[in-house]
Amino acid sequence: MLWQQLLNGLTLGSTYALIALGYTMVYGIVQLINFAHGEIYMVGAFVGLVLVTVWDVNLGVAMVGAMAVCMLLGVLVERIAYRPLRGKSSRLSPLISALGASIFLSTLMALIAGVNTRRYPAIMDLSSFSWGPVQVSSMQVIILLVSALLMIGLQFMVRKTRIGKAMRACSQDLDAAALMGINVNRVISYTFAIGSALAAAGGVMVGVYYNAVWPYMGTMAGLKAFAAAVLGGIGSIPGAMLGGLTLGVLEIMGVAYISSSFKDAIAFGILILVLILRPQGILGEKISKKV
Amino acid sequence: MKLLEQWITGIIDPYYLRIIILMGINIIIALGLNITTGVTGQLSMGHAGFMSIGAYTSAILTLKLGWPFWLTLLAGAAVAALFGFVIGLPALRLEGDYLAIVTIGFAEIVRVFFLNFEPGGKAVGLSGIPQETSFSLVLIITILVVFFSQRLLSSRIGKAMYAIRENEIAAEACGINTTHLKVLSFVLGAFLGGLGGALYAHYMYYISPQDFDFMRSIEVLNMVVLGGLGSIPGAILGAAILTILPEMLRVVAEYRMLFYGALLVILMIFRPNGLLGDIRLYDLVKPKREKEVKPCRS
Repeated sequence: MLWQQLLNGLTLGSTYALIALGYTMVYGIVQLINFAHGEIYMVGAFVGLVLVTVWDVNLGVAMVGAMAVCMLLGVLVERIAYRPLRGKSSRLSPLISALGASIFLSTLMALIAGVNTRRYPAIMDLSSFSWGPVQVSSMQVIILLVSALLMIGLQFMVRKTRIGKAMRACSQDLDAAALMGINVNRVISYTFAIGSALAAAGGVMVGVYYNAVWPYMGTMAGLKAFAAAVLGGIGSIPGAMLGGLTLGVLEIMGVAYISSSFKDAIAFGILILVLILRPQGILGEKISKKV
Repeated sequence: MKLLEQWITGIIDPYYLRIIILMGINIIIALGLNITTGVTGQLSMGHAGFMSIGAYTSAILTLKLGWPFWLTLLAGAAVAALFGFVIGLPALRLEGDYLAIVTIGFAEIVRVFFLNFEPGGKAVGLSGIPQETSFSLVLIITILVVFFSQRLLSSRIGKAMYAIRENEIAAEACGINTTHLKVLSFVLGAFLGGLGGALYAHYMYYISPQDFDFMRSIEVLNMVVLGGLGSIPGAILGAAILTILPEMLRVVAEYRMLFYGALLVILMIFRPNGLLGDIRLYDLVKPKREKEVKPCRS
């Protein structure tokens, strides 16, 4: 029972982690809570659905397609809703702009696709096998594997490539990075693109795993993922991964051992407790305030 | 009061009267959040949590215990203020976006709590609340709240709160008790939120946890930011616009929220500090006065 819940929790947690990475990367560079991120995840799930039902492709192709579309969407949202505001206003106005973009995207999807919950067709043989006392479904294996691969890929990109180096520079000091000849706008676009692609992959996999896709699915998932990013320490990439997994496991444990009707409250309750004890999150750095 | 009520219901169409009353309630709530977020700069994205505590407390007291209306209003606001105090405490250690997610989390926990709360009717909500909120009552309370806000913001306490928003460390160095004032700003914001919630419950006959979800918190935040942070006329204008706008957009029914979302983005691009950013009531009276308050950064 415990191991089964742990596996379910890790599966849920790795999808939170995939979405949380987008929040934390954007936050690390432009200090903006990108509230439209949850909607990008939702669009990803829908693009995957369309690819699977209309073009009848397999899950891998659907995922890549959704990632590509969401990359463009993420960059577009940044261009339209955030870039015009950058550097000339308070920090609250981009936040409101992000909320506006989020409302716009979810309503647009509701107009296009209708508000009803859609289901993925049986695209693959979702078998499950037992491993000791634990029932493992093939979709859980896929979610864990793909998430792990994407996260390793992200770490490699951030640590080893030129663009990754530019991102790290930008997250330390945007102005100094610009002075060193880094095209800051391009780096920000890349950040949005990568974050959105990860969220889209998460969206497709969650859509298949829970077999439900609807236009307002992004709001709660986005809030939970943001909570995960803050739990791990916002701005920190390993923090987002750890925060996502922790939140997923604790949420499933809470549902299993406490009460399922308090599902959404459990995640936020944990978050508040952790932040009271450790205000900078699990892996966050404590930044001393200066005048 | 009776006379005013009869006169106003006599000349104004019930539909418009309803919008005006809801506008008044929203102004009260927005002025509350304006103290927390607009003036003191503590980003609260869970104001609907306080509203729902105020609404449920007053509705349950009316329905189950038969308390008089004015007492339930006060009780709703007081209980919300108590929770404002509880949420204000972690706020001392948290900043900006960390605080934002804690307040979002708080509002979500409150919502889930009422979804499972037996005396509150669980997911179905509470119905049959007597309609006690009248135009004249809302008018009087709104005027009182505006007056109180105005007095507060031009007092030492209000100026100290603006100072915390501008630069907390500098404010502290000037001898301002930032701990005290940050908690106070949460308590006051929550009190007005609870009061608004209680008025809302006694106007709508019916409340449910869905009335106070995340989008509701965002709506209140939008009122404050759209009007202009820290500005009383701004909060009033923001609340008025965001109450009327959805009604006007009813013509385009399905596209309503689409326009609403797009409008937020466009407004922020062209007026990033809100329509009346940092204009205070006395700036309107004495237009030549130099503006000394800079845009909010936190």
